[in-house]
Amino acid sequence: MRLLEYQAKELFKEYNINIPDSISSTDIEKGRQDAKKIGYPFVIKAQVPVGGRGKAGGIQKCHNEDEFELNYSQVLNMSIKGEKTRAILLEKMSEYEKEIYLSLFLNRSKRCYTVIASAEGGVEIESVKNQIIRDVGLGEVSKKIAAEIAKEIGFDGATSTHFVDILQKLSKLTIEKEAELTEINPLVVLKDGSLLALDGKIMTDDNSNFRHNELLKYREQTELEAKAEKSGFSLVELDGNIAVVGNGAGLVMSTFDMLSDNGGKPACFLDVGGGATEESVYEALTLISKMKKVKAILVNLYGGIVKTTIVASAFIKAYDNNLIDLPVYARLMGAEADKSKIMLKDTKTKMFDSVEQAINGVVMEVTKTG
Amino acid sequence: MLKGDKNKNGTYEKQPVIVQGITGKFGSIHTKLMLEYGTNIVAGVTPGKGGQKFEDVPIYETVKESVSATGAKISIVFVPAKFFLEAAKEAFEAGIKLLVAIPEHVPVRDTMQAIEIAKQNNAIMVGPNTPGIIIPNLIKIGIMPASPFAEGNIAVLSKSGTLLYEISNSLTTSGFGQIFTLGIGGDPINGTRMIDAFDMIKDKSELDGVVIVGEIGGEAEETLAQHIMDIEFKKPIVAYIAGRKAPREKRMGHAGAIIMGNYGSAESKIAMFSKANIPVAKRPTEVPILLAGKIRKK
Repeated sequence: MRLLEYQAKELFKEYNINIPDSISSTDIEKGRQDAKKIGYPFVIKAQVPVGGRGKAGGIQKCHNEDEFELNYSQVLNMSIKGEKTRAILLEKMSEYEKEIYLSLFLNRSKRCYTVIASAEGGVEIESVKNQIIRDVGLGEVSKKIAAEIAKEIGFDGATSTHFVDILQKLSKLTIEKEAELTEINPLVVLKDGSLLALDGKIMTDDNSNFRHNELLKYREQTELEAKAEKSGFSLVELDGNIAVVGNGAGLVMSTFDMLSDNGGKPACFLDVGGGATEESVYEALTLISKMKKVKAILVNLYGGIVKTTIVASAFIKAYDNNLIDLPVYARLMGAEADKSKIMLKDTKTKMFDSVEQAINGVVMEVTKTG
Repeated sequence: MLKGDKNKNGTYEKQPVIVQGITGKFGSIHTKLMLEYGTNIVAGVTPGKGGQKFEDVPIYETVKESVSATGAKISIVFVPAKFFLEAAKEAFEAGIKLLVAIPEHVPVRDTMQAIEIAKQNNAIMVGPNTPGIIIPNLIKIGIMPASPFAEGNIAVLSKSGTLLYEISNSLTTSGFGQIFTLGIGGDPINGTRMIDAFDMIKDKSELDGVVIVGEIGGEAEETLAQHIMDIEFKKPIVAYIAGRKAPREKRMGHAGAIIMGNYGSAESKIAMFSKANIPVAKRPTEVPILLAGKIRKK
C-alpha cells in the first residue's frame, strides 16, 4: 500500500517521530473547524498517492480566512498526475533552519534495506545531492551506524542525538510494518536543534497485509479492485475505453504496450493469473461488464495447458446470460484453436491467431464507434 | 547440477527431485505433469500423509526424511505463501541445495530471510513467484506447459511466466530451441537474480545466444546490462521489456512491477541495453527476428 502523507504521519506519531500540528479533512465544513484549532498561518496540502504535488499547486499557504476559503476548494477539487485529491491536510507552518533528506528502502538489487540521507533535502530523491548511503541488512539500524550518518550530515550535540533517535525509530517502523519504503523529506532542523518530519511517504508490502490488520484502514480499493482481488486477479483501472485482459502480469503488460503503440487507450489492466479457466474468464467478463466506459475488450491468453474451447464457452455463456454485449477481440493460444473459432463464429467475439491482428481489429472497432 | 553426469550410454542421469506440498491443489497437478515430462520425482512431502503414495511417489512427513531416503538435493515447493518461509527453512536445513519456489504473494521479508538461510547452507533458491526451470527434453522443475519449449542452444531468462512461454514458443517456431530457460519471478526480491541466472549459463560452450525477458520495476536489467559490458560477453543477446506504457507508481500485477519516480522505468532499462549493444524487441514476436539478425552478423 502507498500511504498518504497524513497516514504516514499517523504512523510517525505512533513511533514518537515528531511531526507538526496537523489535521486531515475531506470537506470544507470540517476544514473550517480544523483551521480554528490550528490557527493561521498554516498550509493546506493535497493528499494524493503520487509525488510532485508542490509543483502542481497542491500545497498552498493560508494567512487568513479568505485565502483558506479560496484554496481549500481549489486543492480539494484538483487532480495531480491523474490522481484526485483524497483529502486535505491542514498543517501549522514551521520555521526551520535546514532541510534534510532521510529514507530507508528495500534495495532490490542488493537484496537488503538501505538508508539514504542527505544534508540537502526538500527535493525529489532523484535530485538529492551528496547522498549518504548505508546498507542495513533486514532494516535494523544500530546506534553506531546512525551516529556515523549524523556525523556525515554535519550534525553534532543535541541534533545528532535527535537524529540517531529518529533514524532508529524509522527503522523500527520499517521492520514492524514491513515497509518497502519509509521516507521523511524534508526532515527539518528547528531553531532549538530538534528535528521535525515535515513530509512523509510510506509504502508497505501488500503481500504482508495478512499480518497487518492495523494497516487495512489505510487501504484504498475501488469496489471492482476488491472484487478482482477476491477472485485472485489483479486489476488496475485506467482512463481509456478498451479493456485489456490476459493471463500473467508480463503478458498483460506486453499486450497493453502493443495496444498503446497502435493508438488504443486501455480502460484497465486485468491479469487473471497464470492459468486460464472457464470460471476465471467468465469472472473477468463480469468485472468488465461493470465498467461503464469500456467499448471493446481485448483478450490475450496463453493457454498452454488449458484448451481454448473452454475459454470460448465462457464468452458464449457471457453473451447468453446478457452479461456483456461488447465486441471481444481475442487471441487464444493453445489447444483446439480451430474448434474454438467455429464455436465463436456467430458471436461478437472474434478470434485471431496473433495478438497483433487482435489489436488492429480492436483499435479499428473503437475508432469506428467513436 | 540440474543435468547430472553423463552415464556410460552418453545420456544424462536424471537428478532426483522432491516435491514439498505434493498433495495440494497445484502440487498434485504439476507433479503429474512433471512426471509426464520425465522429471525424476522421487519423493513428496505432506505432513500428516507420510507413508502414503501419490502417483507411485512415496510421501514423507518431513523434508529431512525424504532427503535421507532418496539423497535428493533439489526440491520444488508448492505451499501457501504464509507457510513458505517455514517450508524453505525446513528444506535448506535438511540439505536441499536447489529450491524452486513456486508460491506467489510471499512477503518480501520472508523471502529475504529465506535467502539468508539459503546462503548459510550454501544453497540456491529460484523464486518465489517463479514458473521454474526447464531444460527441454531433459528436466522440468516448474509449472510451465511443455509445448512452447524445444531442445536447442538459446537460454531464456525471464521475470514473467507467461511471457517466458510466449517468447520461447516464438523462438521454437523460428527454429531456436532452448538450452535452459529460467523464470526469476515477478517479486521485488528474487532468490536468483537476473545476473545470477546469467552467470549460471554464460560459460556453456554450446550456448549460441541469450534472450532476456524483463519488465518494469527494480534495476535487474540495468545491473545485468552493466555486467555484460564489464565481462565483455560476446555471444548474441536480445532483450524484451514489458511495461513500456504502464502508468507510474501502480503495481502492474507482479509485486515487483512498479515504477517509483524514474526507478524501474522501461526507458532506463532500454537505454542501458542499448548502451550494451543489446537490441530490445518491441513485441514478443520480434525477439527471434532480432536474434537471427544478431546471430547472422557474428
